[in-house]
Amino acid sequence: MTDYSYIRTEMADSMPPPASEVGVLGWVRKNLFSNWFNTLLTLIGVYLIWVIVPPIFDFAFVDAVWTGDNREACVGSHGACWAYVEAYLPQFIYGRYPADERWRVDLVFFLFAIGLIPMLIPSVPFKRETIIYMLGVFPVVAFILLTGGNFDFAGYLFGETAAHFWVEYVILTAVLLAAAFGMARAGDNNPRPAMITVLAVMVVIALVLGLVSVDFGLPPVETSVWGGLLVTLVIAITGIAASLPLGIALALGRRSKLPVIRLVSVIFIEFWRGVPLITVLFMSSVVLPLFLPEGVTFDKLLRALIGVALFAAAYMAEVVRGGLQAIPKGQYEGAQALGLSYWRMMGLIILPQALKLVIPGIVNTFIGLFKDTTLVLIIGLFDLLGQVQLSYTDPNWSTPTQSHTGYLFTAVVFFIFCFGMSRYSLFMENRLHTGHRR
Amino acid sequence: MAVNDTLPSQPARTSVFYDPKIRGIFFQLLLIAVLVFFGYEIVTNTIANLERQNIASGFSFLDNNAGFGIIQSLIQYSEESSYGRGIVVGFLNTLLVAFIGIILATILGFVIGIARLSPNWVISRIAYVYIEIVRNIPLLLQIFFWYFAVLRAVPNPRNSVELPGGIFLNNRGFFAPRPIFESGSGLAGIALLVGIVAVFIIRRWAHKRQEATGEQFPVFWTAVGLIVGLPLLALIVTGFPVSVENPELKGFNFVGGIKVTPEFLALLLALTIYTAAFIAEIVRAGILAVSHGQTEASHALGLRHGPTLRLVIIPQAMRVIIPPLTSQYLNLTKNSSLAVAIAYPDLVSVGGTILNQTGQAIEIIGIWMVVYLSLSLLTSAFMNWYNQRMALVER
Repeated sequence: MTDYSYIRTEMADSMPPPASEVGVLGWVRKNLFSNWFNTLLTLIGVYLIWVIVPPIFDFAFVDAVWTGDNREACVGSHGACWAYVEAYLPQFIYGRYPADERWRVDLVFFLFAIGLIPMLIPSVPFKRETIIYMLGVFPVVAFILLTGGNFDFAGYLFGETAAHFWVEYVILTAVLLAAAFGMARAGDNNPRPAMITVLAVMVVIALVLGLVSVDFGLPPVETSVWGGLLVTLVIAITGIAASLPLGIALALGRRSKLPVIRLVSVIFIEFWRGVPLITVLFMSSVVLPLFLPEGVTFDKLLRALIGVALFAAAYMAEVVRGGLQAIPKGQYEGAQALGLSYWRMMGLIILPQALKLVIPGIVNTFIGLFKDTTLVLIIGLFDLLGQVQLSYTDPNWSTPTQSHTGYLFTAVVFFIFCFGMSRYSLFMENRLHTGHRR
Repeated sequence: MAVNDTLPSQPARTSVFYDPKIRGIFFQLLLIAVLVFFGYEIVTNTIANLERQNIASGFSFLDNNAGFGIIQSLIQYSEESSYGRGIVVGFLNTLLVAFIGIILATILGFVIGIARLSPNWVISRIAYVYIEIVRNIPLLLQIFFWYFAVLRAVPNPRNSVELPGGIFLNNRGFFAPRPIFESGSGLAGIALLVGIVAVFIIRRWAHKRQEATGEQFPVFWTAVGLIVGLPLLALIVTGFPVSVENPELKGFNFVGGIKVTPEFLALLLALTIYTAAFIAEIVRAGILAVSHGQTEASHALGLRHGPTLRLVIIPQAMRVIIPPLTSQYLNLTKNSSLAVAIAYPDLVSVGGTILNQTGQAIEIIGIWMVVYLSLSLLTSAFMNWYNQRMALVER
């Protein structure tokens, strides 16, 4: 008798899934052709891509003209006239900045890059030094390089020469020192630290002013000849640097317990947020000179800068306020229980958490500010877009594809900057996303 | 000495400098003093400067003869009209482009936002690329592109692009046939009004009936029937008193019909496309904010995909969507002021012309700011009211 019973001792190998469920085919079936509606959508999508992408590709690369000296090279072609962009590139970057002095702009770009790149990469050491460089050294150097320095200061009270100015400066320092001393004594404090702080601040300001008034032998360059990417970057970076602290101050003011400060902050924020940037720029270019005493004039670029910075600060304030409101009350109470003063509580406990929460909003405001710099062309400053627009009047390069080429170039430049900023903010958001991760 | 420093032998004397109340009052007074000082300086300087430039302040210039033409006007306007009327024309043009732009941007934005969430890979990628490209390019550049590179580059009137339905597109604008309502067509208008009122009444009735009995009534198709059918019936009864005025090529340009200027079209296109990208992201965030459990619960109740979206997801998502949507509407309205760059005669553009002619900078900029501020406040008041109506009613 043979035992025919059969006992399987090991599991059968599982069969591979059907070819239509895995791999490329399965993915395509699932994502693109799962039912008739999905299939229709896919076909519409592919058709859209087919209609839009190849012509743009042909325009930018296949039919494009890459070299040439004037319009003759591009006039017969249906593609982009990159030769025109190449010929105009110096204008797009520097505007009418004198050709012999353009190395100064290049140097500023370079100095900015060597400060910015180590600041953006988290693993690079010497963060503190880099920040001091970016906030303290670079602005002064860039200012001297771009304008040429050699500014004259005139006294206000005693006379009109630079010597009078410095005498007045010393007197002002003495007055401030005395005020610090008096405040500290009245509060029964050691007056020394306050006086040292005041003295240090005044000495640093004097150093900066002194440097700016030194003649380095650089020919002065009026801001009216600046243009192109230079103006775009100057407005955007100064605006960003000014709007963040101003916005934080306004946000704190709006949440202050002191009624007058709160009211002033609310009116300021709501006013700037309620009007378009163009009217602000018109105001800074047309009305601001009326507000100043006779003889005092502001540089046009500086006026636009003030307008842009105040405008961006109001938006920044609302973003920061969102962050401040998101911090639980316990954090405030905990900080107060530790005996921290208002500024220490804000600086050490609340703001670091609040700002971390609103990084995406802050970067969005930066991106908005960067895009809004194009509006200065309406008040007669030539930023990158303004230079491109101006170049269309040149008959040497006037071809049917000229404007398309110019706009494509500008769009790509702006896209790189803005997209870069938004990607970096995503990266930082993930990096700083501490504490909430499980 | 050192011991004295760390351990005060007597309780600290509280100075007035450490009293938070007095400090607060001091700093507020300081702020007021600074503001008053600046205000005083600004006012005196401005008065002195205006006197030196011989500019009379005040709004009396608004009655003066404008002397410039405006290419697009919703109300009667000619070169003999006053500056004040010019500003009203500009304001109406701003409202027109903002109103149409808001409607179109909302539609396009919702379509793209939903496409971004589509399970279809191709569609969601297209929506993603659209959003990223459009959001990262300045609006002014887009306006220039549509105006100078697209609409100015289409053929001249003689070689117009002819679209179906008697519509022509050329570099002077966009021309379409205009219906002319002759006497007797008033009945159709009345019928339309009656239809709309009837739809509202039927909707309320159907809602009540459904709550009472659970029976549904085909409200949508009834509404379509009433709003389209009644006026049509009225037209048939009165024998079609409507004729069509076709645009015709006369000389170098088209005459007759509806004309849409290229400036308006470029501004509208750019504003719609730009704002739609932002609205799409808001819609996406709003829909994602509704937890997936809601969808599952709805499916478990036996609702299909369409009703789930319409009755469960969208009402909840709207609560998240509406506040940021409001600020996008405001942004669109404020961004319409970029019209000045392509000379679409909006409030800022017309105001700028008047500013150049009269030099009344403070008055003109004051008018701009008052108008935009009140538009902002009105829109946000309306949206707050709507938001409150939509807000979650909790016990």
